[in-house]
Parts: sequence; C-alpha cells; structure tokens
Amino acid sequence: MQKIFNLACGSFYALGAYVGVSAVGWYVGAGGPPALFIVPLALAGLAAGAVGVVVERGLLRFVYDRDETFQLLMTFAIVLMMEDAIRLTWGTAPRSTAGLYLTYGQLSFLGATAPVYNLIVIAASLAIALAIGWLLTRTAFGRIIRATADNREMAEALGVDMRRVYARVFTLGTALGTLGGALVIPATAAMSEMGVELIVEAFAVVVIGGLGSMRGAFVGALVVGVLRALAITVYPELEMLLIYLIVIAVLAARPRGLFGGAA
Amino acid sequence: MKGGLAVALGAAAVAAAPLVASTYHALLMLPFMAYAVVLLGLNLLFGYTGLVSFGHALFIGLGAYTGAFLTTHAGVRSLEVILLAAAVLGALVAVPVAALCVRYVKIYFGMLTLAFGMVFYTFLLKFYRLTGGDEGTPFLRPSLLGRNLDAMPKIDYLVGPYYYYSLAVLVLAALGMWRIVHSPFGLCLKTIRDNPTKAETLGIGVARHRFYAFVISAAYAAVGGALLGPPTGNVDPTLAYWTHSGNIVFMTLLGGFSSFFGPVVGAFVFIYLQNWVMSVVPYWRLIFGAMLAVIVILAPDGLVGLATRRRPALAGRP
Repeated sequence: MQKIFNLACGSFYALGAYVGVSAVGWYVGAGGPPALFIVPLALAGLAAGAVGVVVERGLLRFVYDRDETFQLLMTFAIVLMMEDAIRLTWGTAPRSTAGLYLTYGQLSFLGATAPVYNLIVIAASLAIALAIGWLLTRTAFGRIIRATADNREMAEALGVDMRRVYARVFTLGTALGTLGGALVIPATAAMSEMGVELIVEAFAVVVIGGLGSMRGAFVGALVVGVLRALAITVYPELEMLLIYLIVIAVLAARPRGLFGGAA
Repeated sequence: MKGGLAVALGAAAVAAAPLVASTYHALLMLPFMAYAVVLLGLNLLFGYTGLVSFGHALFIGLGAYTGAFLTTHAGVRSLEVILLAAAVLGALVAVPVAALCVRYVKIYFGMLTLAFGMVFYTFLLKFYRLTGGDEGTPFLRPSLLGRNLDAMPKIDYLVGPYYYYSLAVLVLAALGMWRIVHSPFGLCLKTIRDNPTKAETLGIGVARHRFYAFVISAAYAAVGGALLGPPTGNVDPTLAYWTHSGNIVFMTLLGGFSSFFGPVVGAFVFIYLQNWVMSVVPYWRLIFGAMLAVIVILAPDGLVGLATRRRPALAGRP
C-alpha cells in the first residue's frame, strides 16, 4: 500500500516468532493453564508489532521521497540489523514451544490427521484476512489508505496527515507479520535464519497475487502453499524451484500479478 | 588529473601489498579484487544504467561453480580457460534472464532478478549430485598461464602468483569497463538512466541497451565469482543466495555508485571493515545494517561522493 517493497517483513515474522516463544515460555513458567497459551502468544505477536513504529519513524520516513532503490536498500539494512538483533537476544540455537500445540488434540478427517492447533491458525488467518478486507474497504481509515496509495499529493492536499497514515499502515503491517510469526511457531521452531528465508517465499506470494492486492496475496499464499506441499510429495528436488519458476512466469506474463490492477 | 593520480597510487599500493603488508592482509586483498571485478560489472547496471539488480549473486555463483566444476570434474586446471568459460557462461545465462528482466525497471526489475537468483540458488542446493548440495564443490588449485603450481605451499601460491594474477585480471577488467562507459554505448546508457523517454525519442533502443549492459555485467560478475573460488578452495550455494546479492549492492552504495572507482573502494572498505568488526564482535550484520541505513539517509553518494564533496582535491581517492 505504501508502494514500498519491504524486504524486512520476513524479519518481523522471525521477531514475532521469537517473542511468541518467549511469551509462551514465561506464561507456562508462571503456571498459566496450557489450554490458553494461544492468548499470550497472540498478544506477544501483536505487541512485537510495536517495533514497526520505531523502524518507520527512525528509518523509513527518511526515504519516502527517494528513489525506490534506496527504499529497497533501507529495508535490506533492516533485514541485516534484525537478524543479528535476534541472534544477540535469543542466541543462535533454534527455539520452540515443544509439543504445546498438541494440547488442543488432533482431529481426524477423511483419513487425514491434523492437529487442532493448525486448524485454529487457519481459522485465525481467515479471520484476519477478512478483517483487513473490511478495514480497507469499509472504514474511513481504509479509504484514506487507498487514497494515499493512489495519489499521495492529492490525499495530502485534502488534509490527510501523511506521516500518521504511513506510521499506522507500516505498524499494522508489521504487527500482522509478527502475529503471523507468533502463531506459526508452536508448530515449528524459531530460527534466526527464518526471516531471510521467509522473505523469498512471501515475495513469491505477493508477486503471484499482485502487489498491493489483498485478495491477490491471499490467493498467492494458497498457490504457493499447495504447490509446495504437492512438489514435496511428488518430486522434492523441485520444491522451491517450482515456486520461483512460477514467479518468473507470472512476472513475465502479467507483471502486475494475477490480481494486480492495470499498469 | 588528481583523480588519475589517486588511482595510480591506489594501484601501486595494491601491487606492493604482498611485499610490505602481512600475509594476513594480503590474503584479504584476494576477495577484495574478486569483488572489485564483480562490482565493476554491477555498477554498469546500477550506476550507469540505473537498474538495481538484487540477483547478481546468481552470476557470482555461476562463475564460481564453473571453476569448481571444471577443476574437479572436467580436469581443466588452466585459470585462463576457467575465466573465459565463466565469462561466456555468465553471458549465455544472462541472455534469457536479461531479455525478460530489462522489460521492467526499478522495483520490478529488482524482484525479477531476485527470483532468478533464487532459482539458481535452489538449483545448486537441490541438484546435489551435480553441485554437491549445501556442502558445495571443491575448487582445485588452478594453474596460471600454463604453469602448474601444485607443488607450492598454499599461502605462497595465494599471496604470490595468484595475487598478481587477480590484480592483472582486475586491471584488465577496469580498463575494459573504462572503455565501455566512455564509449558512445556508455553515453547511451547514461542517457537512458537519466531520461529513458528522451533517450527513446533520440533513437536509442532503450531495451536493447539495457540488455547489453545486463549481459556485460553478468559476464563480469561471473569472472569475479570464479576468482573467489581458489582462495577458499571450495564453493557453496550461499554464493548465490539473495543476501549475497544485497551485500554487493551494499558495497557499491558504500563506495559510491556515481563514480567509476566508487564500487572498488566500496569493496575494499566493506571487506576490511567486515573483517575488523567480526574480529571484535560476531554481530557484523547489526553494525553493517546500521551503517547502510546511515549511508542511505545521509550519504547516498557513498564514500567517494563524500570525499569529492568535502575535498574536491582528493576526488577518487581509494
């Protein structure tokens, strides 16, 4: 929406994951009922989004008027800093919440077994997607965001305080990233490299779907997820290769993505 | 001609380094010279054509793996052949990549190059029978100018013949690039960077020029990549990872993309600073990230830009 391609979103995701692990560890240590561990997890994920304000105010706002190249490099700087900041705080060993996600039990459906926690995450991401869609299309704030994305000068002339809009949008994006990281973590483990690895996947998702299109991002995520799972079962060597080839094909044929607006 | 004097002094200092500096520092010069070749190429795209590639690690990796494959599997040990093969292969691979990428500019160009870089990275990682997977492939010691130097102790080889060989390659690469950017072709590229619409109106084939610039820069990156192999004796897929592409763009920006020797200075400062910071604290990324942020905000022209702005007399000092 800000027309900034943020290489650092993967880093926020990693940060959310680590904060989530720590929060759950503290929560369990403090004797909270395990069944409610998702509450501190989500709260921690959202709270970690506060780093977005710092990053936006401290670094990104200086480059809004610059060439896109500098914006890209600024986010790359954030990637570098975040990766080591995470290593500095949590060390290099992977962290996980052990088998906590199995407290919700498993569910068998059509011969397939899935932990209930995974279903909760799926439901949560659907809810978040709907909420974002509602925010963007049905609220005054959403209209302001879209107006700003379309024509910044005009929006500014009409009395929109650009600095606040940008700060909020970026923080919101960051909070979603950290929340996503936190929610996913019980099922996997937090590693300091997950940020740089995720970004290429996130990038694939966004490109396939189309930049600046929320619906596109959702479809893109689905395409990438399903294809990865499919490739792993059929021919594992092709797993990531396939994703990038699709990205290239999409970019070559429809540079604005499957759901992108007109150029 | 102060700039020319500074360049001559710099070159003389590099040439004298193995004789006066410690072996340790002379060894650090080897990756510097390899990266300098890569960056000369990258800057033809970045500084002169205005396209920022986030996928040039592809060509570094390609060059390095070409050398590793030739020495390990094909029994070819001549570094001249390796460098030539790397350049040709780099250019060949760049043809389809460039044909697709130059249709876009700015952020889309960056993303598309990043995607291609990652395709190659995953290829290196997954097709382990050919590439050795994440362990990489050994890069056996190449012979120089037809002389087999296998009997030499490794350090003597690296700071002796190999050092001067790299330097010679760097000087040739710089001379070649100097000719390119000061030719009519180079002027066309600058026009395209500054005003593509006007360039088109003037009859310059914008896409065609961008295409050639991309292919040339890819060949340079592949040659530089091949030079990176012998000092470590092994090449691995991280050479092609996207953060590596980011790092070389960082080096270019650090030195200053708007001057011819800026990227070379950037490579030098980056490598020495990284080495120094890592010897003090292991968290070099934190410090370098902060440094990059400061450069982007305060000194987008890089170190050379700072030097020329403050003290015009020392322009281009490495």
